[in-house]
Amino acid sequence: MTSYPTTWRRPPQIVTDRRWRIALLVAVLAYLVIGLGSVEVNWARIVEGGERGMRFVQGFLQPDFTSRWKDISNGLNESLTITLTSTVVGVAISIPIGIGAARNLAPAWVYYICRSIIALSRALQEVIIAIFLVAMFGFGPFAGFLTLSFATIGFISKLLAEDIEDIDEAQAEAIRATGASWLQLVHYAIQPQVMPRLIGLSLYRLDINFRESAVIGIVGAGGIGGTLNTAIDRYEYDSAGAILLIIIAIVMVAEYSSSYLRKFLQ
Amino acid sequence: MLTLTNLTKTYRTGDKALADVSLTFPKGQVVGLIGPSGAGKSTLIRCINRLVEPTSGKITLSGTELTGLPPRALRQQRRRIGMIFQEYALVERLTVMENVLSGRLGYVSFLQSFTRRFPPADIERAYRLLDRVGLMEQADKRADALSGGQRQRVGIARALSQEPELLLVDEPTASLDPKTSRQIMRLLIEICAERSLPAIVNIHDVPLAQQFMQRIIGLRAGRVVFDGPPEALTESVLTTIYGAEDWTAMRKDGEADRAAEAEAVARLAALTA
Repeated sequence: MTSYPTTWRRPPQIVTDRRWRIALLVAVLAYLVIGLGSVEVNWARIVEGGERGMRFVQGFLQPDFTSRWKDISNGLNESLTITLTSTVVGVAISIPIGIGAARNLAPAWVYYICRSIIALSRALQEVIIAIFLVAMFGFGPFAGFLTLSFATIGFISKLLAEDIEDIDEAQAEAIRATGASWLQLVHYAIQPQVMPRLIGLSLYRLDINFRESAVIGIVGAGGIGGTLNTAIDRYEYDSAGAILLIIIAIVMVAEYSSSYLRKFLQ
Repeated sequence: MLTLTNLTKTYRTGDKALADVSLTFPKGQVVGLIGPSGAGKSTLIRCINRLVEPTSGKITLSGTELTGLPPRALRQQRRRIGMIFQEYALVERLTVMENVLSGRLGYVSFLQSFTRRFPPADIERAYRLLDRVGLMEQADKRADALSGGQRQRVGIARALSQEPELLLVDEPTASLDPKTSRQIMRLLIEICAERSLPAIVNIHDVPLAQQFMQRIIGLRAGRVVFDGPPEALTESVLTTIYGAEDWTAMRKDGEADRAAEAEAVARLAALTA
C-alpha cells in the first residue's frame, strides 16, 4: 500500500525561486524604509496647523448658511447648470465616438481616431484642462462647462465602447442576416443591449461632474468651487463648512436617486 | 434553387472548415446537415448568406450569384434568406413584435425602422405569423420574458417575416428539451411544406434528423461524405460521418444507461413487492 502525503501547500505562482522571493521582499522593504525616511516632517508646523484645522472643524460644527447665502446660491446655481449642460453635451458627443471606438463596429482607421480622442481626454486631468480653458476663455462657467464636457467624452466613450465590444454577437448576427443596414444594426441589435448601461453611466457621470465642478471652480472655472475658495481665503470657515455640507448633501441625493433609477433599467 | 460550387473556407488560423463542397438544393426540399462538431456545418450555412466570407467557390440562389456581391447588393440578397439560430438570437430587450418586425429591416428605410413606423402590410404579416406560431398574446412582451420554445417560435416568425426563398436553420433544437425540440421541428417542417420553402437544417440529433428530413447530408472535416435519403443512413454511414470510435462509444454509453435503468427498475420492483 502506498502512503500519500498528508500536508499540502499551494505552490508559489509568480516568483517560483525561493531566493528571488526573499531578495524581492527585502528590496521592497528597504525601499519603503528609505522612502519613509526621506519624507520631511515639520512638527512645529503640524502643531500650528492642528489649531487651524480645529477652527475649520468648528466652522463645520456651526455652519453659517445665511451671511453669504447670496454667493452660495449663485455658486450652486452655476455649478448645477454647468453639471447638467456638460453632462448632456458630453454624453451626446460620446455616443458617436464610443461607437467609433468599438472594434466590432468600426473600421480600423475610425477606431484609431476615436481611441486617440479618448486617450487625449483621459490623459488630461480636469483641473489641468480647466486651467488651460480659463486662460483661453476667461474666468467663469463657460470654461467649466467646456472642461467637464471634454472630460465626460473620455469617460463615457471609453466605457460605452467597451460595453459595445462585450455585446452578445449572436443578436447582432441575427439582425445582420435580415439584410439590415449598418445604422439599423446599431439601432436594433446594439442599442437595446447597451442602453441600460449607457443610462447608468450617464447618471454616474452627472454626479462626478457635480463634484468636479466644485474642484475646477477653485481654478476659476465658475461654480460653487469658486465660492468655496473665496470663503476659505477669507478665513470664513463657517461659510466654507456650509458649502461643503451642501455639496455632500447634493452628492448623496444624486447617489441615491441614480442607484434607485438604475434598478428600473434592467 | 440554391447551388454551391466548389465552396471552400479556410479560416485565418489555417483551419480548413470547408473543402470543395458542391451541392444543389431544389425548391421545397428540407435538408438536414449532420456531422460531428467542427465538421463545418455552421460555417457552411453561414457562408450561404455570407455572415462568414467563403475563401473560394460560388454560391448561386435562383440565378443570382451571392459571392462577390458588394455590401448593398448583398444586403438586398440577404432579405431572400431567412435564418434561425441555435440560441434563438432574439434581441432580448426588444418586444416580441419588434423582433418579428426586425425581419423587415432590409425592406424599410432607417427612419421608418427608427420610428417603428413599419408599413401596414408588414405589421399585418407580423401578427399573422405570430398567430401561426401561437404567440398572438405575447406580442408586446419583451423577448427575454419568454420560455425557450416560445423564443424559438419568435425566431421562426422573424425569419418568415422576411418572406424568404430559403431558410437557413442552425441547430434549432440544441438548447431545447426533447419534447419542445420535436414540437419546434414539426412546426418548421409544416411551415416549409405550406410555403414549399427549402430549408437547410444543421442538426446534432441523428434520430431527429431521420424523423423529419427529406434528405440528409453528412459532413466530416469540411467534406461531404454522405448525401441521400434518411433511410440510407445506416450504421456504416454514420461511422463514416462520425468516426468509428465516437459512434460505438456513444452506442455503448446508451447500452450502459439502459442496463443501469433496467437494474434500477428491478431493484425498485423488489422493494415495493
